[in-house]
Amino acid sequence: MKTNLYKYILLIADNSLILGQRLGELCGHGPNLETDIACTNISLDLFGQTRSYYQYAAKLKGDNSTEDDVAFLRKEQDYLNVLLVEQPNTDFAYIMARQFLFDVYHLLFLNELQKSHDVTLSAIAVKSIKEVSYHQRFSSDWIKRLGDGTSESHQKTQNAINDLWTYTDELFHQTDADKKMIIEGIGVDVTKLKESYYKRVVEVLQEATLEVPESKWFQKGGKQGIHTEHLGFILSDLQYMQRTFPNMTW
Amino acid sequence: MITEEKQHIDQKLVSILNQVFDPEIPVLSIIDMGVVRNAVIENDMVKVQITTTYSGCPAMDVIGDDIKKAMKEAGYESEIELILSPAWTTDWITPKGRKALENYGIAAPLEADADKEALLGNKKLVKCTNCGSMNTKLVSQFGSTACKALFKCNDCLEPFDYFKCLK
Repeated sequence: MKTNLYKYILLIADNSLILGQRLGELCGHGPNLETDIACTNISLDLFGQTRSYYQYAAKLKGDNSTEDDVAFLRKEQDYLNVLLVEQPNTDFAYIMARQFLFDVYHLLFLNELQKSHDVTLSAIAVKSIKEVSYHQRFSSDWIKRLGDGTSESHQKTQNAINDLWTYTDELFHQTDADKKMIIEGIGVDVTKLKESYYKRVVEVLQEATLEVPESKWFQKGGKQGIHTEHLGFILSDLQYMQRTFPNMTW
Repeated sequence: MITEEKQHIDQKLVSILNQVFDPEIPVLSIIDMGVVRNAVIENDMVKVQITTTYSGCPAMDVIGDDIKKAMKEAGYESEIELILSPAWTTDWITPKGRKALENYGIAAPLEADADKEALLGNKKLVKCTNCGSMNTKLVSQFGSTACKALFKCNDCLEPFDYFKCLK
């Protein structure tokens, strides 16, 4: 098996799976009907993208693996998503801040991934860009609306940005799988996205009258499988059916 | 990069595929929706390639099953392949399909630039499917399915769906 490629696919796809699951928790619980529908629509897009990646990963893995095996039957430390996407739905400001901080990265990343020499990854990227452009527009819009809204919405959004900021630097951390895939012309050099990322983020924060956090201390570990405690709770929900009724199908 | 591939549908299969509809927009055939990229007959076996609209669209699995059923009724065994590339765009909805959408109460997609203005609520560009007024407003960028946004007419006060431009 192409171990590095397999791992590289998980590094991309697990972000979409876990964020999709987080957003899915809001189904029927959004602050109002429109945002509820929006968050679950975004979740659906992310799950769709995840399926394409996992189908490819399962094919590489062989021995009759399916997309569901890849999604449901791994241990916590085998998930390689960044810490940002597993952070909880504390309130709507946190939900939008998490979305915004991820969307800006996601779009920059996919723009590069479409140039990949791997035709499947490139095709998934081309398709996903269209969807993620919508996501970014939606979350940026909400950051501006909340930040430049009432004093309460401003404060809550500022708190969310301050708290989640510590997880942003990990997005640009290169793993060994990244390095090997870059050499093969398949992977994206995430270190090169950092400047454009913070430029775009700062633009939106300023328009939203929010302050850009000054903290230089960043958390990382997700890409190595070392997660915050939140992931365990997400997985116990996500994997419940497969763990309780092994090999069940719809 | 991906190069655009030409669409090829065997003439004998067009009428069969025209009888298969999007389960979520039952007035739009899959041919008019532009999701059928290739359909050929090889050694008595029909091979159909369909491309997904939105990655997570749950209708795609149903569409695959419906094609198989329609082919079986017409006396063909078939294989369905879901392809990712070239990625679907709303430009592939046929003029007939656009008309069917409008009649069904879903405003057809605008061009990319106009779509962006409309979805940011900057300009009134989406026509009410009920009374034809341009005095409409965006209610939600996301609608009842991944491909739609929700609008409301300020004149007749009816809410309606708008099929988002995807390019």
